[in-house]
Amino acid sequence: MAVQKLPLAKAINASLRTAMENDSKVLIMGEDVGKLGGVFRVTDGLQKDFGEERVIDTPLAESGIVGTAIGLALRGYRPVVEIQFDGFVFPAYDQIVTQLAKMHARALGKVKLPVVIRIPYGGGIGAVEHHSESPEALFAHVAGLKCVSPSNASDAYWMMQQAIESDDPVIFFEPKRRYWDKGEVDPSAIPAPLHSAKIARQGTAATLAAYGPMVKVCLEAAAAAEEEGNSLEVVDLRSMSPIDFDTLQRSVEKTGRLVVVHEAPVFLGSGAEIAARITERCFYHLEAPVLRVGGFHAPYPPARLEDEYLPNLDRVLDAVDRALAY
Amino acid sequence: MTVESTAARSSTRRSGTAEADTSATGKPRKTAAKAPAKSAAKAPAKSEGAVKSPSSGSRAKSAAKGSDKAAPKSTARSTAKSAPKSTAGRSAKSRAKSTAASGAGRKAGSSRATRPARSGAASAAGGAANGVVGAEPELIQLLTPEGERVTHPEYDVELSAEELQGLYRDMVLTRRFDAEATSLQRQGELGLWASLLGQEAAQIGSGRALRPDDYVFPTYREHGVAWCRDVDPTMLLGMFRGVNNGGWDPNSNNFHLYTIVIGSQTLHAAGYAMGLAKDGADSAVIAYFGDGASSQGDVAEAFTFSAVYNAPIVFFCQNNQWAISEPTERQSRVPIYQRAQGYGFPGVRVDGNDVLACLAVTKAAVERARTGEGPMLIEAFTYRMGAHTTSDDPTRYRSDEERAEWEAKDPIKRLKAYLENEKLADADFFARIEEESEAMGRHVRDAIRTMPDPDSMAIFENVYADGHALVDEERAQFAEYQASFATESESGSAAVEGK
Repeated sequence: MAVQKLPLAKAINASLRTAMENDSKVLIMGEDVGKLGGVFRVTDGLQKDFGEERVIDTPLAESGIVGTAIGLALRGYRPVVEIQFDGFVFPAYDQIVTQLAKMHARALGKVKLPVVIRIPYGGGIGAVEHHSESPEALFAHVAGLKCVSPSNASDAYWMMQQAIESDDPVIFFEPKRRYWDKGEVDPSAIPAPLHSAKIARQGTAATLAAYGPMVKVCLEAAAAAEEEGNSLEVVDLRSMSPIDFDTLQRSVEKTGRLVVVHEAPVFLGSGAEIAARITERCFYHLEAPVLRVGGFHAPYPPARLEDEYLPNLDRVLDAVDRALAY
Repeated sequence: MTVESTAARSSTRRSGTAEADTSATGKPRKTAAKAPAKSAAKAPAKSEGAVKSPSSGSRAKSAAKGSDKAAPKSTARSTAKSAPKSTAGRSAKSRAKSTAASGAGRKAGSSRATRPARSGAASAAGGAANGVVGAEPELIQLLTPEGERVTHPEYDVELSAEELQGLYRDMVLTRRFDAEATSLQRQGELGLWASLLGQEAAQIGSGRALRPDDYVFPTYREHGVAWCRDVDPTMLLGMFRGVNNGGWDPNSNNFHLYTIVIGSQTLHAAGYAMGLAKDGADSAVIAYFGDGASSQGDVAEAFTFSAVYNAPIVFFCQNNQWAISEPTERQSRVPIYQRAQGYGFPGVRVDGNDVLACLAVTKAAVERARTGEGPMLIEAFTYRMGAHTTSDDPTRYRSDEERAEWEAKDPIKRLKAYLENEKLADADFFARIEEESEAMGRHVRDAIRTMPDPDSMAIFENVYADGHALVDEERAQFAEYQASFATESESGSAAVEGK
């Protein structure tokens, strides 16, 4: 595959294809992932090329999907499981938290659970309820799981293969509103480590930290701020468990200010942990308290209110203004 | 006619209440108590019985009790006697299609024939399982409680005296190990123990039906199956002592870790079996679970996945009558083995206290799985003679009489009677087993008392296979914190010595 400009969804598709070509133990499982290619077409064409034994349309039972994926992993397979939408993962939550996350430790390391759980997550596509949620903190909180979320096509391509190669269970949060955003994918590039953060934009006055769908919002906010004369740095965290605090710390030590942005509710969200840790690590560098921008402590609203609910350029810059005012 | 229509009406009302209750409280259990009271108030006194039974499960209870009593005497004997007849009566078609499922079909038929009114009412009430509510399911049996060898038209097993002695030894040693563990808990050496007392035949019979390449997914009570898989019994004690959360390598004996959350392992078993099928292996998987677990969604999903992918798996349900304090009637309105029918694979009920029958049926089920015929459900009808765990007090919910009834059906006693009556083992043999049992008791006691506590740094071990920055950070911080104490005490003791 040469260098290509691909939408994020197609980059994941290309990545899955490569992983399946490289390792015959890689399986794809989920609802409608086969003939239909998934409701977002992320697995489009894979069943046609790899067959029904490797791209498996499953019964509509999320606990069953994850539970049988655990069994397949115990047998030596590397299942990549699709949960159709964020809000549908909870029937599988028990299997993920109670079984998948703990089994390696319970077996004193004698079994490995290389299961990837793909979850299209987040809002912004005008969907009905249970189709726009951001449950990443509920998984990042659980020892034994790793959680990542790419923000662009290139990262999506590489991070998916890295997640599949990982011997640990990885919850792979796909920013569904970015599925159609195009980006350059260079299959000959050397990817950064899966759990490393990236500086998406250099700046000096304050740091914006985000992952997944909110990176784009932060980059737009930084561009707007520059016109107002404020230089903002944007850190794309990419991984919510573990979090690359070293990269973030270096940025905050430089800028002295941090605003964390995510779609998930602010209360006990990733931003809370980041704020606490960065405050510990950078106490004498901080010019302002770490501020958070995110969802409210309310159910995800009906689609016609989601533009108000979701952090956007104005809400991010409002927080930046407050941070700069200290 | 009156009975039938009343039952139908009351069932409608019941299900309506149940729905309302579920959505409001999320605790459908409550409805059972509420429903009869409500419907009894509205329904004429005459119909009260019909109203109560299906909703409260009291009829099912009495039926189950009846079958307890009837099983050894009438069911077993009549099976043995009527064997030629019923074999002849079964159509060639049903045998060709699925030998195991035919039991259910025949039973439904016979219950209709003998008790039309009852079965009619039952099916009107719940629409359940072909009108078999209240019927006494047949129990596959090869050895009666008295130790009499009987035959079954479909299932049999030919064993040498040595093999029979082996089964006896397995059961006695398993029981001894279990008793030892219970004592060790009482002495404070274990935090908890889940006794298998009474279920030895179900576990040894099924466990000995397996090949080394088959894979076992146990609950937390399969000490007898672990024995059959050559898992060191003292390994089982680790989690109950609190030194680990599992502790053995599942792949070294193809015996997965104990699973405490009810029913979860059946899905792992189904997935593993799907993998076997993909690999073209001719091994099989056996998933153990209990009557309580049969209510879990994961078990239902495991049935579904196994069925639609035709996975080589045997679902082995030990119906030991009690899920802590809840009787089986609180889990199901039909005999558990009949659930298989709805998923499209055969289910049978076997005398779970009959090691020969459990062996024969599991062998047949495993063989089916190996040859690509897909899953099968075995309900081993047995009894938990002890408490759920050492923390439980069964006197609060069940009677001594019930326990005594099952005591008479003890799995070890009946095999011993058979071995003695048929002169398949002599007094020397029994003495040897007794000695071996004593030796095992000593071994277990010694092993547990010398089992070391884990190092505190074990908290951070194996959380991840590939490591995790946060775990590394916390491990280092905690080590430093602990080292700070060591330094203090060292300097303290040095000071004392200096004086």
